[in-house]
Amino acid sequence: MSADTKRAAAPEPNYITANYGIKSWLLTTDHKRIGLLYLISISVFFFIGGAFAVLIRMELLTPEGDLVDSETYNKLFTQHGLIMIFFFLVPSIPAVLGNFLLPIMLGAKDLAFPRINLLSWYVYTVGGLVTLYATATGGVDTGWTFYTPYSSTYANTQVMYTAVGVFITGFSSILTGLNFIVTTHKMRAPGLTWFRLPLFVWAQYATSLIMVLGTPVLAITILLVALERGLGIGIFDPKLGGDPLLFQHLFWFYSHPAVYIMILPGMGVISEVISCFARKRVFGYGFIAFSSLAIAVLGFLVWGHHMFTSGQSVYAGLVFSFLTMVVAIPSAVKVFNWIATLYKGSISFETPMLYALGFIGLFTIGGLTGIFLGTLALDVHVHDTYFVVAHFHYVMVGGMVMAYLAGIHFWWPKITGRMYPETIAKFAAVVIFIGFNLTFFPQFLLGYVGMPRRYHAYPEEFQVLNVMSTAGASILGIGYLIPMGYLVWSLWWGKVAAANPWRAKGLEWEVPSPPPTFNFDQTPVVTEEAYAYAADDSFVETEAAKPPTYPSDPKVGADS
Amino acid sequence: MSHHPALAHHFEDLEQQHESATLGMWAFLITEVMFFGGLFTAYAVYRWRYPEAWLEGSHELDIGLGALNTAILIGSSLTVVLSIHAAQRGESRKIVRWLLATIGLGLAFLVVKAIEYSHKFHVGHVPGPNFASGDFVHTETQLYFGLYFAMTGMHAVHMVIGIGLFAVLLGMAMRRRFTPEHHSWLEMCGLYWHFVDIVWIFLFPLLYLLGRNQ
Repeated sequence: MSADTKRAAAPEPNYITANYGIKSWLLTTDHKRIGLLYLISISVFFFIGGAFAVLIRMELLTPEGDLVDSETYNKLFTQHGLIMIFFFLVPSIPAVLGNFLLPIMLGAKDLAFPRINLLSWYVYTVGGLVTLYATATGGVDTGWTFYTPYSSTYANTQVMYTAVGVFITGFSSILTGLNFIVTTHKMRAPGLTWFRLPLFVWAQYATSLIMVLGTPVLAITILLVALERGLGIGIFDPKLGGDPLLFQHLFWFYSHPAVYIMILPGMGVISEVISCFARKRVFGYGFIAFSSLAIAVLGFLVWGHHMFTSGQSVYAGLVFSFLTMVVAIPSAVKVFNWIATLYKGSISFETPMLYALGFIGLFTIGGLTGIFLGTLALDVHVHDTYFVVAHFHYVMVGGMVMAYLAGIHFWWPKITGRMYPETIAKFAAVVIFIGFNLTFFPQFLLGYVGMPRRYHAYPEEFQVLNVMSTAGASILGIGYLIPMGYLVWSLWWGKVAAANPWRAKGLEWEVPSPPPTFNFDQTPVVTEEAYAYAADDSFVETEAAKPPTYPSDPKVGADS
Repeated sequence: MSHHPALAHHFEDLEQQHESATLGMWAFLITEVMFFGGLFTAYAVYRWRYPEAWLEGSHELDIGLGALNTAILIGSSLTVVLSIHAAQRGESRKIVRWLLATIGLGLAFLVVKAIEYSHKFHVGHVPGPNFASGDFVHTETQLYFGLYFAMTGMHAVHMVIGIGLFAVLLGMAMRRRFTPEHHSWLEMCGLYWHFVDIVWIFLFPLLYLLGRNQ
């Protein structure tokens, strides 16, 4: 990076050039630097989790279990799920984009507790290292759900270390959630009322509520499994009168809301991106804001739909099925409002917008198939099949990963001060969209005709669809490597970004790219609502949208 | 406007800083409620399912020691409040004195708890392969003791953390770091201590008292 030349020319150092050295990063309390630390860590975990997915898809290329034996296969899908969920999806948008953006969007200098913020990254890293140690020394085969009594009594794999790793990492999301809640309540700039907040902030706030309320329950649940396994306390042990179903209740009490931890922040990103690239105020601001809270609250009331076939009472099943339908309403509210925002907007198809539009389509499919699964009678037919796998990946990969990539591209100029190369980025977005659908749509069909999940071998008639899925996964894998390549490339050779390259609204676009360490020289005063895009406001270069020109930096303005 | 030395750079004023710390602490205590909530749920489910086993188990606990510990903890909550009161009035030596009293009471609680635990170990009422199941009619009594150790054990862990926090505060108080206008740390740790106290206020009747008249 041309940091040295820039530093000499630019009037003020930004958060990256403010000071140097490994210590200035590992001991930083700057929310922006901590966001970058998270970005690096979760990217590592994303590619580790992805490697397990590659092995799974390779095994499933043929009906016979010829690449790995069944026990190894159990470990592969367990490690894939664990790493992707606890170490990528849960922290992805909150810990990277939320950390970076939330204080700036609120007009604050930092999060309320900067040292706790740094602590959360260390907690995450320690939890991650413990889990990786467990992975390297044999891995775990219980499925990411740790169902008892298998996890507590029978499994002979690294359950203990993995449980400890997940337990520790949980505290990092609790700390992040705490920080976001307090910051949103107490550190908004003058004039920034609740209903002037960007919808990204509402989404982060709702997510934080779930993190704070749900994660401790996961912690105690895992702790009880560990106590049972290590000390024979026997809370879930049927021999002593304990009930394994109680584990499922406690586990899903966290883990169902946790899927909203994984999708809500993505919905926040989509609101920002859609509004910017349709040049329109978000349609139904209040509805979108409150639907985030509604999802956070209702999300705690539907955990029993994971247990329709586990032996819970039929009446409980009926109630949970009904409540599952109810939680679909706020999600649908969001989708309809985004579409209404697009209506008569002046839409342009930059890369973030491509991902956002992809999100809307894929999330809709994922959400609607969630209704299928929440329907009691149908779920008895398709539970534990590839239909569930496909549904989950449509929401998590088609939804959350798309939203994450939309956000990373949208705010990349703000984070790094560099533009990503637009043409290849659009190409990658299309590759990812095609690869994703080819991977996971066949899995709906496989599940519907009865292919169970979590088996390493299958009858021959399922092979065609499995080959399609594996082919799609190869495309998807390459699709994810392309952004990895050009984003890193852009750090050195990307076009220097303006303060507001998208001419977007929001406080984060009023500070330089990259922002200075304390974000604002003076506390900003907010006088208008979010998304105050003018009706005829197309892309015209204004002063703010032009890249800054530093005479001594030869690379400025050089196109990629 | 001159900056108070305790004011962190990212806050506008001490009031905002104090309000943030307070909200953060309350939010943290909510996470603690959810954490212990899992244990209390397990307790409720099994008590409802195995009332006789629960009766049998609770008769094994020493009400006298339990009551003594309840009194000790309530007393320690009082000493914490008195230390905060002293800080509000700027009486530095009293802060130190009341913090010492709090730490002493906390340690006394742990000593009594250790006596109870060692008795259970001695007579084989600790769940696991060496559990003296011959002492009991109901097999689920072992489950009762499992929950007893899990709940009081998690509570004791919180006590140890609290005592550690007060040890740090004691050091700060001896260096006269608390002033009438700024003693947030003291108040936050006080809130935490009251929470740990309240958990015990629930544990004592649930584990020791319920059904003892039968």
